[in-house]
Amino acid sequence: MKKYKCTVCGYIYDPEAGDADGGIAPGTPFEDIPDDWTCPVCGASKDQFEPEE
Amino acid sequence: MKVELKNGIYWVGAIDWTIRDFHGYSTHKGSTYNAYLVVGEKTALVDTVKAPFFEEMMGRIREVMPPERIDYLIANHVEMDHSGSLPLFKKVFPKVEVLCSPRAEGELKLHYGDTISLKTVKTGDVLELGGKTLTFVEIPMVHWPDSMVTYVKEDKILLPNDAFGQHIASTERFDDELGWDAIRPEAAKYYANIVMPYGPQVLKALEALQGIEIEVIGPSHGIIWRKYIPEIVATYERWAKGETEKRVLVVYDTMWGSTERMAAAICQGLMEEGVSTKMYRLRGADRSDIVQEVLEARGLVLGSPTLNNGVFPSVAEFSCYIKGLRPKGRLAAVFGSYGWGKGATTKALTADLQAAGMEVMEELQVQFVPDGDALKHCEELGRRVAQRIKNS
Repeated sequence: MKKYKCTVCGYIYDPEAGDADGGIAPGTPFEDIPDDWTCPVCGASKDQFEPEE
Repeated sequence: MKVELKNGIYWVGAIDWTIRDFHGYSTHKGSTYNAYLVVGEKTALVDTVKAPFFEEMMGRIREVMPPERIDYLIANHVEMDHSGSLPLFKKVFPKVEVLCSPRAEGELKLHYGDTISLKTVKTGDVLELGGKTLTFVEIPMVHWPDSMVTYVKEDKILLPNDAFGQHIASTERFDDELGWDAIRPEAAKYYANIVMPYGPQVLKALEALQGIEIEVIGPSHGIIWRKYIPEIVATYERWAKGETEKRVLVVYDTMWGSTERMAAAICQGLMEEGVSTKMYRLRGADRSDIVQEVLEARGLVLGSPTLNNGVFPSVAEFSCYIKGLRPKGRLAAVFGSYGWGKGATTKALTADLQAAGMEVMEELQVQFVPDGDALKHCEELGRRVAQRIKNS
């Protein structure tokens, strides 16, 4: 599963870890996160993330 | 009078003696906007000041050198208290080259339009002034995405913009002149109100700075650090990790005194158990002062009367503020008096505090005026919170 990076603040979404505060269970691929999810660090919207190289 | 940090590095900022409301947070002691001039064979101005203070900054620059000889302007942070004089300076001295982080490039354009040409620098990039070497390190979200620090290698001076800042207006410029005890509370208030949501990013920034020798830290507000650097760095680390003391705040508002009597009984319970506590009624208190206390307190008991079947406005304002500042890991309880609509108020407060990352251990409501039994329940709630705090 691919990691995704927030282009605003640099936070990296790791599917293996999920985002407990945002209600995203560990093991959730980025594609399956709801569209209204936001970056847990800076609040940027999901469409401001890009795949981490 | 020139203020020299070290050989060829000068403070050329402005003192704002009268500001008391800094975009919604109280600055009882005023503030300063710190700009720094680094003079090598070439010269760089690191950050500027809020636009109305442009002339004050120019006056200080002129004491050191003619401003037209400045070659570079470094914008460590886009926020207008530091970039406000950038377009003014660039207009008078169009030859100056403006450097900023890649993220700041877009943000500056969204502030001042597309008229200023900018050159971007990334972490590790170096600017040779001749005799002075500037290194740049991006520190995203400490406290905006664009935030960056500038380091002067030869003099071991860190210019970290808002990090390590404090809102203090004074004639003293250095920490040894004012003393740790006078500066620490203002540094705490600044951290609590500005930086608290970004603890993990602060730790990352501190890690990035490890191994760099630092003899002076020149923040963009307040006093310059040169004596208490180990203290302030260690204190930032504690705050960033969310380390707290065994203390509980009881914060509330009241309409006819019922929620206030509950608050007093909860305080009594806490005191009986020997836990240090402070009570704040929100009307009359200042939310940014209370948040300074939240930074280092392990517990928060939040109370609101029910008005129009919801949270009382002053308490809603406070819980909204706390939700955004995310004082994670603290223990909380909520309480309040209601008339007929039970549940909605405490539920809303609990939701905000949980969203802030706090554990809400209990909700306690009393219908109308608390009687002796109800106050006993409040005192017992205070005792239970105290026990959890003592065992934590």
